[in-house]
Amino acid sequence: MVKFQSLKDAVAENLFDGDTVAFEGFTHLIPHAAAHEAIRQGRQDLTVIRMTPDLVYDQMIGMGMVKKLIFSYAGNPGVGLLRRMRDAVENQWPKKIELEEHSHAAMANAYEAGAAGLPCAIFRGYKGAGLKDVNANIREVTCPFTGEVLAAVPAVKPDVTFIHAQKANKRGDVLIEGIIGVQKEAVLAAKRAVVTVEEIVDNFDDVHHNACVLPRWTVTSICEVPGGAHPSYAHGYYTRDNAAYLDWDKIASDRDVFAAWMQKNVIDANPEVFADRIATLREAK
Amino acid sequence: MDLDFTPNEMMTIAAARALSNDDICFVGIGAPSAACNVARLTHAPDITLIYESGTIGTAPDILPLSIGDGELCDTAVTTVSVPEMFRYWLQGGRVTVGFLGAAQLDKFGNINTTVIGDYDNPSIRLPGGGGAPEIASSCGEIFITMKQTKRGMVEAIDFFTSFGHGAGGNAREKLGITTKGPSLLITDLAVWKPDLETREFTVTSLHPGVTLDRVQETCGWMVKCSADVETTVRPTELELTTLRDLQARTDAAHSGAAA
Repeated sequence: MVKFQSLKDAVAENLFDGDTVAFEGFTHLIPHAAAHEAIRQGRQDLTVIRMTPDLVYDQMIGMGMVKKLIFSYAGNPGVGLLRRMRDAVENQWPKKIELEEHSHAAMANAYEAGAAGLPCAIFRGYKGAGLKDVNANIREVTCPFTGEVLAAVPAVKPDVTFIHAQKANKRGDVLIEGIIGVQKEAVLAAKRAVVTVEEIVDNFDDVHHNACVLPRWTVTSICEVPGGAHPSYAHGYYTRDNAAYLDWDKIASDRDVFAAWMQKNVIDANPEVFADRIATLREAK
Repeated sequence: MDLDFTPNEMMTIAAARALSNDDICFVGIGAPSAACNVARLTHAPDITLIYESGTIGTAPDILPLSIGDGELCDTAVTTVSVPEMFRYWLQGGRVTVGFLGAAQLDKFGNINTTVIGDYDNPSIRLPGGGGAPEIASSCGEIFITMKQTKRGMVEAIDFFTSFGHGAGGNAREKLGITTKGPSLLITDLAVWKPDLETREFTVTSLHPGVTLDRVQETCGWMVKCSADVETTVRPTELELTTLRDLQARTDAAHSGAAA
């Protein structure tokens, strides 16, 4: 049954060296606080999965925690490239990483297959695309009814998924609103799921019948971490810190500047600092 | 007002004109996003704009910095999950136009946003394809917009992120792709359309004041030009005002967030 606990304990109990882990969030509700806790606890040899690895995976790759990255778009949204990831791919710094690269359609289908308990996802895609030649996990199946050749990729099944959401209620149900991305599928595809939330409320009596709610028995652990998505945003709570994304491009472009920034803002910090980081970004209620 | 305009403004406005009120358009970030919203704010108020973050029928007041800004969700008809976006809406064949940018483009509309150099040993690791591989094959047709440079418009791309017309001719058909593929390229200098036979992009219209020599100087392949090449109609006052106001609102909002 779901546990309410500190982020420190949730990471310690659910993320282990060598795990396959997804820190999901599609440009919204990105679980920065959880990723920073994983960095502080120094997990190693991780296979990290995400459709849009951005700053958090750039940070984890730069800290040498990542063995393999499974992804479909590795950019700093609206800004440019991921400098630490580039350094790892182009110069093997701080270490070599393995890439398994897909398209968004493939990743979204693979998460859905994971949630549906299927071994693989089937979809119409990758026609003429070069990724087929560099990724052995992109294969083809023939429809037994029509003969159409379709793309197939393995289901995504993380050992643990971390997401950030707006609310949990006291029972432990979780509400995700706005751009919901692939978080529901990422939780249901995983063996364990840790959810950081902006706040814990008494009940969901005022929530719409068709809202995106994860029942409490699908979640392993809930941690209240206000601001836990910063510099991403939490719809209805605070806006995206665009300046931080622009700054990251400069920080990540130099190994020493990166190391100093990580020491000060991650290693020597704690989950409570996130509430301060969004103080000026809060939406008027 | 001053009706002088920059090549970038001409590019965005020419791209906007290509969209119609009835289009269901899958919008790439950057230049395509500006063009699609100028279309919506001028001649195509009922156009449906879709961003891959799941926002359908969005009408942002400012241009988003990322494809998942809250503004897109706030103004959308509905916001769906990303798997639903790619399965029901894109793969389901509901989208008439996909609007893409490119890091590298060849004359057949094949796009590379994955790597410069060898895949396993790249000189530059780019972000990758994101939604583009399936946008390129599932949308009814594809419009591409980019600034002309010799580095960007090349004879041979380093990686086939998304398939245009392959090596030309009926390459799409041979792969079992039933959609039209790239049917329009709008640069800062010209409008290009694929030759009906070879599918090679051919200049059909030069922007005001632009010579064919200038187009060739900033393009890595031998430029072909249609027999009856036209001059692109200059931006109207409404088009320019709409674009500049949109940019000004966008700049103000984003620098406000940075302060």
